[in-house]
Amino acid sequence: MEGSSAEAALSVSANSIRITDVTQDGDVLTFAIASQKLNSSAGVCVFRMYEDFDWLQQSLFSEENLPGLQGIIFPPLPSKALPSQSNTQTKALKQLGFLALGQDWQSYCKALEFYLQQVAAHPTLCKCKALDSFLINSESPGKQRGRKGIFNRLSQAVEEMRKESHKDVDNFFQNERNKNTNLAASSKVATEKLLDVVMTEQKLAVACGHFATSLHLCVNQDDAAAVAFSKVCLKLSDVIEAVKRNYEKVASNNLSTLGLGLDLESRYQESEKEMLFRRTCKLIELETVRKGTEKAKANKREVMEAFQKAVEKEFNLISSVAKQEIERFHSSRVKVLKTFLIGWCELQLNTAKEFAELYSQHLEACRNMYSE
Amino acid sequence: MSEERGSSAQTEEDEDLFVSAMESPEAARLSAGDLSPSSNGPRDDDPDDLFAEATEEVSLDSPERQPILSDGPSPAITPVSISPRVDVFDRSPDLDEEEEENRDTFDIQISVSDPEKVGDGMNAFMIYKVTTKTSLSIFSRDEVCVKRRFSDFLGLHSKLASKYMHMGFIVPPAPEKSIVGMTKVKVGKEDLSSVEFVEKRRSALERYLLRTVKHPALLKDPDVLQFLESSELPRAVSTQALSGAGILRMVNKAADAVNKMTIKMNESDAWFEEKQQQFENLDVQLRKLHVSVESLVCHRKELSVNTALFAKSAAMLGNSEDHTALSRALSQLAEVEEKIEQLHQEQANADFYLISELLGDYVRLITAVRGVFDQRMKAWGKWQDAQLMLQRKREAEAKLQYASKPEKLQQARDEIREWEGKVQQGERDFEQISRNIRREVGQFEKERVKDFRVVIMKYLESLVHSQQQLIKYWEAFLPEAKAIA
Repeated sequence: MEGSSAEAALSVSANSIRITDVTQDGDVLTFAIASQKLNSSAGVCVFRMYEDFDWLQQSLFSEENLPGLQGIIFPPLPSKALPSQSNTQTKALKQLGFLALGQDWQSYCKALEFYLQQVAAHPTLCKCKALDSFLINSESPGKQRGRKGIFNRLSQAVEEMRKESHKDVDNFFQNERNKNTNLAASSKVATEKLLDVVMTEQKLAVACGHFATSLHLCVNQDDAAAVAFSKVCLKLSDVIEAVKRNYEKVASNNLSTLGLGLDLESRYQESEKEMLFRRTCKLIELETVRKGTEKAKANKREVMEAFQKAVEKEFNLISSVAKQEIERFHSSRVKVLKTFLIGWCELQLNTAKEFAELYSQHLEACRNMYSE
Repeated sequence: MSEERGSSAQTEEDEDLFVSAMESPEAARLSAGDLSPSSNGPRDDDPDDLFAEATEEVSLDSPERQPILSDGPSPAITPVSISPRVDVFDRSPDLDEEEEENRDTFDIQISVSDPEKVGDGMNAFMIYKVTTKTSLSIFSRDEVCVKRRFSDFLGLHSKLASKYMHMGFIVPPAPEKSIVGMTKVKVGKEDLSSVEFVEKRRSALERYLLRTVKHPALLKDPDVLQFLESSELPRAVSTQALSGAGILRMVNKAADAVNKMTIKMNESDAWFEEKQQQFENLDVQLRKLHVSVESLVCHRKELSVNTALFAKSAAMLGNSEDHTALSRALSQLAEVEEKIEQLHQEQANADFYLISELLGDYVRLITAVRGVFDQRMKAWGKWQDAQLMLQRKREAEAKLQYASKPEKLQQARDEIREWEGKVQQGERDFEQISRNIRREVGQFEKERVKDFRVVIMKYLESLVHSQQQLIKYWEAFLPEAKAIA
């Protein structure tokens, strides 16, 4: 990939890319993206909408002069968020999963941020001009209707399904395809189940809130007995409020670490699946061409053979790029999951300690009050 | 026992206090002669009118009752028991503290356990073991075990309610019947819901007995003692009488009687009006709270289910994973989630058995309290009716004065005396029930605060325990996550 001299290297540091703010105007979300210039201490800030991200992704897909492009595992771009009022939460959840949760689009912004960081960290993709201009140009590039990428999402046509299960010529790739099929399915299910857990935790928190409020309504100062009872009700109300905050925290911890992590993993597995599918399609094309060449009449044969050689070259290039991508993907995803798992565990541990302390204090206070 | 000695010294004081508390000289004339013992147990002859005779109350026998009442002024309404135990029937406010103390040093433990299914099919029923451990001497042994079925509990409650409710005593209501729940058990479904149902019922029966014996009068009641001690108990019939729904019916009947009263009760005592309003409000609030907490329990159970599903999916993910350390960490994650599911289940039980059942119990108790207020109104109505009747008799006598029918005149005069007696009785009954209710409500409110405090502490203990378990689980998982290379 070093031969692509037309593309300049990225002028900002990949790690410094942040989405610092998001504003909503009716249906449209605008993201503020900040990054740090490599050669100076200067920072850059630009404003982009989802169309711009889409433009970037399409530009990456249609990058010319990148041999073996089809072998690249492209960082997955989250779906477009549709924040309009008519969009119910169920629709949003179906569309975005975890990224629909969290306040003020925080999870969604985080996911977009990951996307940019991963593109910028990719040894090949970071050189694309589109990325640099996306991150630096004050004018948003989305207005230019770029060439539509040659890659479409994996269609569900029966035809495609058949191709997907086409036997491979290379054991390494056959194994990888099998593993990927399992992992993609398992991580998708795990993400959905965790999402269910988080939704229930949030519902539980809301129910606690209602109960705590209802307890407040039992306050009555008519006489000494009523006052004593009211105090007890208020105490219980405080305890239930604490339980509510507990569950809110637990849910938010789940969301911001493991939830995001599983969501990312799941989408990345899909992206790898698409890459492997592209290669399989190329393989099928090659095999088809070979058969055609064998059957070709003498006058056509030379042309066919030349064509076959070209396809072979393409296929081999894709395979070698894919191999590198797969290895890179394996090591990076383990690191990423590790970070998320540690973060998740630490957050939940801290929350558990915090609330163990709080409940203990309440218990102590009750014991002191009630022993008199 | 020192308890006894102390109490008997007080009992003498009781009698003196009674003397000073006497309202009218006529009361003194009502001697033991008027007090006719009638049968113990449910008044089956007239279940609707719990006011059969004014002397009825006297027959609430503590076995030690002695006819000292013939000497001098004595309360005809309720007996003064000179038993060495705490006297509870009619006490002036000063003595309430002692009663309370005795409630606090209350030495009796009751447990309901070991539910066992007896029989098959639709005739099957559950038997529960009732164990009483106590050092109180009214019991014949330190520890007694008996076997009882649900209808026995209902029968006990039925007897207690018909004996005491019209006196203004708050009789704790028995647990609700449940046709659906019980049918599942009978039919033999060994699933989770019928196990939960039996546990719920067992717990409710235990709380019912504990509340009943906390009441000093009920503790001494022979039906209660018989229930707790004797190995054989006559089968309770017509137990639809006083389940929670039964009490509601009784309350409604009393309310109807009140509504039919020709004269609206002239409430001279603001306390009763205020309290009645308070309890009406409390009823509404408690019902709302109960609904709220049931929603909480429901969501907690849902969380438990979803956590289990997530644990399974995490285990599958771990199995699909090639990388050894990551695979191991994911399997550990699945295990942690399984343990957390267990915690959620335990917490859901705490939510339910501690808070939800407490609120449910109090909703039913408040119904019993309101029933007792209605009994008072009924007593007032009866008193008023007696006064009206007396007036009519007097008018009739006045007419007969000039009719020269000597037998009829004599009869009229007899009737006047009879109704004068009834008026006095009516007034005494009314005042008695008013006093009883004041005391009962005061005690109820104290117990209520105690009950709720105990529950809050138990609930907090369960919360602390859960969190400490969670800390253990997360601390165990952290090195697994960090070990991923």
